[in-house]
Amino acid sequence: MGKSRTRLLSRAPLIAAGALFAPATAHANAPMNYLQSFGPKAHEIANLTWALLILSILVVAIISALVVVGAMRRRVLPPDREVRLEPISRGSGSGVLWIYIGVGLSTLALLGAMVWTGYTMAVIQRPPRAPKLTVEIIGHQWWWQVRYLSGDSSRVFDTANEIHIPVGEPVQFKVRTEDVIHSFWVPPLGDKIDLIPSQTNVTWLEVGEPGTYRGQCAEFCGQQHAHMALLAVADKPDDFQRWWDDQLKPAVSAPQAALGETLFTVRCGACHTVRGTRAGGRLGPDLTHVMSRQTIAAATLPNKIAYLSGWISDPQRIKPGNLMPTLDISGPELEQIRGFLAGLK
Amino acid sequence: MSSIAYERSAALETAGYDSPATSKLEQLWKTKPGLFGWLGTVDHKQLGKRYLITAFCFLIAGGIEALVMRLQLARPNQHLLTPEQYNELFSMHGITMIFLYAQPVLSGFSVFLFPLFLGTRDLAFPRLNSFSYYVYLFAGLFLYASFLVGAVPNDGWFNYPPNALKLYNPGPNIDFYALGMILLGISTTVGAANFLVTWLRLRAPGMSINRLPILTWSTTTTSVGILFSVPAVSLAFLMLWLDRQFGTHFFDPAGRGQPLLWQHLFWMFAHPWVYIVVLPAMGFVSEALPIFCRRPLVGYTVVVLATVATMVMGFGVWLHHMFATGLPFLALSFFSGASMVIVIPSAVAVFAWVATIWTGRPVVTTALLFFAGFIAMFVIGGVSGFMTAAVPSDRQMTDTYFVVAHIHYVLIGINLFPVMGALYVWFPKMTGRLLDERIGRWNFWLVFIGLNVAFLPMHWTGLAGMPRRIYTYPDGLGWNTVNMLTTIGAFILAIGVLVLLINIAVSRARGALAGPNPWDGPTLEWTTPSPPPSYNFAVIPAVASQNPLWEGRLQEGLGHSSVGRGLVLDQGKEVLATTPLDAEPDAILKMPQDSLAPLVVAIALTGLFAGLLVAWWWLAGLCAVVTLASLVVWLWPEPALGQIAVAAND
Repeated sequence: MGKSRTRLLSRAPLIAAGALFAPATAHANAPMNYLQSFGPKAHEIANLTWALLILSILVVAIISALVVVGAMRRRVLPPDREVRLEPISRGSGSGVLWIYIGVGLSTLALLGAMVWTGYTMAVIQRPPRAPKLTVEIIGHQWWWQVRYLSGDSSRVFDTANEIHIPVGEPVQFKVRTEDVIHSFWVPPLGDKIDLIPSQTNVTWLEVGEPGTYRGQCAEFCGQQHAHMALLAVADKPDDFQRWWDDQLKPAVSAPQAALGETLFTVRCGACHTVRGTRAGGRLGPDLTHVMSRQTIAAATLPNKIAYLSGWISDPQRIKPGNLMPTLDISGPELEQIRGFLAGLK
Repeated sequence: MSSIAYERSAALETAGYDSPATSKLEQLWKTKPGLFGWLGTVDHKQLGKRYLITAFCFLIAGGIEALVMRLQLARPNQHLLTPEQYNELFSMHGITMIFLYAQPVLSGFSVFLFPLFLGTRDLAFPRLNSFSYYVYLFAGLFLYASFLVGAVPNDGWFNYPPNALKLYNPGPNIDFYALGMILLGISTTVGAANFLVTWLRLRAPGMSINRLPILTWSTTTTSVGILFSVPAVSLAFLMLWLDRQFGTHFFDPAGRGQPLLWQHLFWMFAHPWVYIVVLPAMGFVSEALPIFCRRPLVGYTVVVLATVATMVMGFGVWLHHMFATGLPFLALSFFSGASMVIVIPSAVAVFAWVATIWTGRPVVTTALLFFAGFIAMFVIGGVSGFMTAAVPSDRQMTDTYFVVAHIHYVLIGINLFPVMGALYVWFPKMTGRLLDERIGRWNFWLVFIGLNVAFLPMHWTGLAGMPRRIYTYPDGLGWNTVNMLTTIGAFILAIGVLVLLINIAVSRARGALAGPNPWDGPTLEWTTPSPPPSYNFAVIPAVASQNPLWEGRLQEGLGHSSVGRGLVLDQGKEVLATTPLDAEPDAILKMPQDSLAPLVVAIALTGLFAGLLVAWWWLAGLCAVVTLASLVVWLWPEPALGQIAVAAND
């Protein structure tokens, strides 16, 4: 054991370096780290951020060294304070040259940073080619409504808290909010954009490789701001088309879930929609294909049947203050509703 | 009456602090004993100390709020606080530190030091000074009264509508904040006007603008900044209150109001405010670092110009708080550029300090440690700010912990460090006793280590994508270790602050006696005894250089300052007014006696705001009448102030 610990210790710097620089490890360790980019837009931003970061660290190191060396070089320690040091006249090394040289060099570095910033701004301003897909993101306290837009109105549908996008294609996002200000942000894919009442903001993202990327609301939006996350799932184009086709289908509930469907419609249907049933509420997330999603409650809990039961029976315990009321649902009722939801693949 | 009646030739006299003339001055200037004197004093030294004590109380309150939050965030998925409690704490922490500590503490130093620096006997408007203090105190208590009724402001210090509107926030929480801020704005505004007029007109003869102590330049510059920025936020909070109370639609999207308008008004104020709470602190360093480097500041003129330039440019960068709100490309480019250019004046100051250290003989006192540490912290806070000026990077970093780390390096590094250093320098002037240097070392190193353990790793927390203002976070996102470190660092920092308080308590009672000039400083305040007598200067000094007490030894300049010989001005409470640029003697001003009027106006004004808060219009109306009536009493012309001409007949 001691041996393995030594080995681990000796490898610690390597692990640390790996955590910082190897994309796969870093992403696994800190999935919302935006210095690791997974798309062309995020890549440009990460390059700029790295450059600014390195420049900044250099500046801090240089100035700190100057301060420490300067203070140590001709220092007088307080015990000598009794020996009154006479003030030095400006004539003995006026020092203004320091300001000229220091400010001159700083200005050069600033100009470089400005040029790089301007270049990056121009590059990420628009997607490299016109996006074929537009997704509308609508913010709610405290979840994300996601609407897939299409010229063909029969292909438009709503989902929530989980966005699927095709790999290698720029996707346009139109973002707006139904209540307060939120901010749509998937760090490994690119920058954030605020959802502001009475305006629609537009941004774009592109993913380079398939995977699941975590995003989170970045603008304080009230009590459950902490639990307003989302997942962006990047699929291969074929998988993406298949996913979209599946999402368009109305819910098919098994005959044995008929009682569950009725109970769901009565108890939950005022707020939630399940297409193909009479549940058509619009206050909460669309649940037509809820079991196809990886998480529930805005990426707060894994979408496992036990968590789902806990959430339905007492949402206020998991997300205090959220807008889903704790209904008095009996054990057998819960079992029926759960059975119905489990069929919504 | 003819103007002749006002003519008077005052003779130059030589007088020390032990001369008989001073007992008359003491009679004229000293605060009356008893409760009346305690409440009605207009002595800038007493008011300055009260400002400092009050600001430190709020620092402690805000610090406790921070520690509770750090316990909640030490590990993932904790339930120490409810989301509502957390939101209240982070809001009040920000409000307290930014509005009730960071600016008032600087005002406190300036209220105490301004007349001493400038060689005069009080601020230009002593009663306004008392009023300003009371309104600050009451506004702070007003905001904290929200704890008593359990309706604490809970939408952050930025307070964005529509979340701050009645629909989403029905309780009185935001009303406390809105009205408290308007009230506090009155205090800040009159305080700024007082500094500005004092700086322009109450300087010792000969103290032309190129000979002013540099701290007075910073404070005056920010006073002008206050006069231009506070109206924006007072207006914004008034509009917000109207939206909430009377259903107007300034910010309410349901009535076609513009939530973004709030962000513009707020940041038009709040970005300059960041400079307002750091520039005077940078002034402490520019003023006192040279004392401990045993040489005048390198580049006085360029540092002054850089200070003014920072304040002016500080009004042109507010949009960098809004890079993610969907603004047009051109606006983004302009404000990105402006936010980078503002680094240049800061670089001027940094290299001036570095050059002062390199070309001086640093005496390593606790104060010097704080000032040297400050330079490094200033640069860290500066470069992280510079990173957020780059629009693409900012749109990743904004609203993450990277910005939290940045603002704490700014507020702790550039405000608290110089404030602590300044305490070590001027506490002896305030109390007559030196702060203990040995405890001082502990104080410095605990604060320095605490700050860096707490906030250096926090940059990584932000780069790892942790958003701000979340009351808890899930496991597995790489945020655990850094959050634990931050919590540990926060407690080390808190212990460091505690050590300072212990040092103050111990040294106040048993510290070494300071004498008039313990650090052999060059400016006028070091000619007075410690603590200074109520009248500050036995005679009004005359100044012939930037460093009157060093000029003989530096062998610079042509004339000689005169500190023992000057105008006595003892026919009543009198100070000398001088001309704004060259500080030539201009007039003798009569100063007011202690007065309860400022306190009464402040109480009535606070009552007015309390009435507005609870919508008891009769109370608001009554208090408005009392406010006006007591203002009339306050401003009633007095013979002793030369405001009624008959006085000249005597």
